[in-house]
Amino acid sequence: MENRIIDQQLDLLRDKLLLLGGTTEKALQRAMQSLTERDSELAQKVLKEDKIIDQMELDIDRFSIEILALQQPAAHDLRFVISVAKITPILERIADHASSIAKAALILNNEPQLKQYVDLPKMAENAAEMLRSALDAFTSEDAQTSRLIIKQDKIINEAYKRIFNELIEIMIDNPTTTNSAAQLLFVAKHLERIGDYVKDICELNVYLTEAAFIKHSGKKSL
Amino acid sequence: MPSKISVSNLNFFYGKDQALYDISLEIPEREVLAFIGPSGCGKSTFLRTLNRMNDTIPIARVEGKVLINGIDIYSKKTDVVALRRKVGMVFQKSNPFPKSIFDNIAYGIRINRLYQGKTDLEEKVEKALKDAVLWDEVKDRLNTSAFGLSGGQQQRLCIARALAVEPDIILMDEPASALDPIATQKVEELIVQLKKDYTIVIVTHNMQQAGRVSDKTAFFMLGKLIEFNATQKMFMNPNEKLTEDYITGRFG
Repeated sequence: MENRIIDQQLDLLRDKLLLLGGTTEKALQRAMQSLTERDSELAQKVLKEDKIIDQMELDIDRFSIEILALQQPAAHDLRFVISVAKITPILERIADHASSIAKAALILNNEPQLKQYVDLPKMAENAAEMLRSALDAFTSEDAQTSRLIIKQDKIINEAYKRIFNELIEIMIDNPTTTNSAAQLLFVAKHLERIGDYVKDICELNVYLTEAAFIKHSGKKSL
Repeated sequence: MPSKISVSNLNFFYGKDQALYDISLEIPEREVLAFIGPSGCGKSTFLRTLNRMNDTIPIARVEGKVLINGIDIYSKKTDVVALRRKVGMVFQKSNPFPKSIFDNIAYGIRINRLYQGKTDLEEKVEKALKDAVLWDEVKDRLNTSAFGLSGGQQQRLCIARALAVEPDIILMDEPASALDPIATQKVEELIVQLKKDYTIVIVTHNMQQAGRVSDKTAFFMLGKLIEFNATQKMFMNPNEKLTEDYITGRFG
């Protein structure tokens, strides 16, 4: 059968997930922009649009359950619906981190700029690139690429450590910067968490493609 | 665990037409095995080779071996009547005898002389009905016609009738395909319960049913055994693409 009823539903589910993914990417990119360009209006926009993302999550949840109940998918179809249902809340949480970055930007934009932002935008770029590639790999069911992306999380973790040490030094040198430095630390931590979440998405793509659970199985599964 | 049923290199022919090709598989004791596959794939034919029901078809011919409890059932020494008592069968359409509920169950016990005295016979009928989870529904009307039962009850009566002659193995050919969801659920619960004491082989077109009741699943196509695997594996990540295409309805 060329056109199974379930295929239309699975296509629609994929579209919904990719739309959520794209909206999440945009939230992250705008949150960082609101910080680096000190654009509080843009930060407000990110916070406002987070509600749309929450609604998208609910919509995908409902639709996934409907497909499970009515279409009773098996094998690859089943793994696809399960993966989407598990990736959806991950994307929503990434968007929450983007909102938190926007909130930090609102505070930071009212203070004098602590230093030129160099490392944080670089780290954010890495995280955004990982997210974009992870979603691309999911769409093309490319488990190999997903495995490579998982390894890239190390770069984000190292950047976090570097930024952390640097900000602590700034705080020690000049205690009046503590408030701003702490906000920047939060931003770095949010980005570090996003890297972890992207890893989870990649693991789910390996599950979709190979029916293998690589979560909690260490480096040997990569 | 030693195999209850061991099939090796089985070929089956209806006259010149070959219906089964080189089937080999092992069925362990006290497990439920489901056969799935498109109509005409040979799964019912294969089921019927396990108690020589195909012997009733004059042009049928079998090659290869079927061992049950290690004994070749196609050997010349095999007592086919005794074989069919040990390997009971339940069909798609319930087929009670035009007799009372009691006599439907007592029939096999009587002709096989499996009882000593009236009380023993009554006890055996009661046990079979209880094993088929039908007793509570019929105990007050044992002497009424079996045709007065609902479709689901008639099917469980046929299962009780098969159980009454103390089989080892029960073959079921789409036992729930003509039943409503509630009756289907009862038959499925019964299958899972019977697994404690019997080895069960079931042919089904209902994928979810295979998933719910069976330990292993065998997928047949065009007379060939395509895949034989643990049921979880078959429905979550089958080895063969043909299996995946079949269970996800991708066949054209």
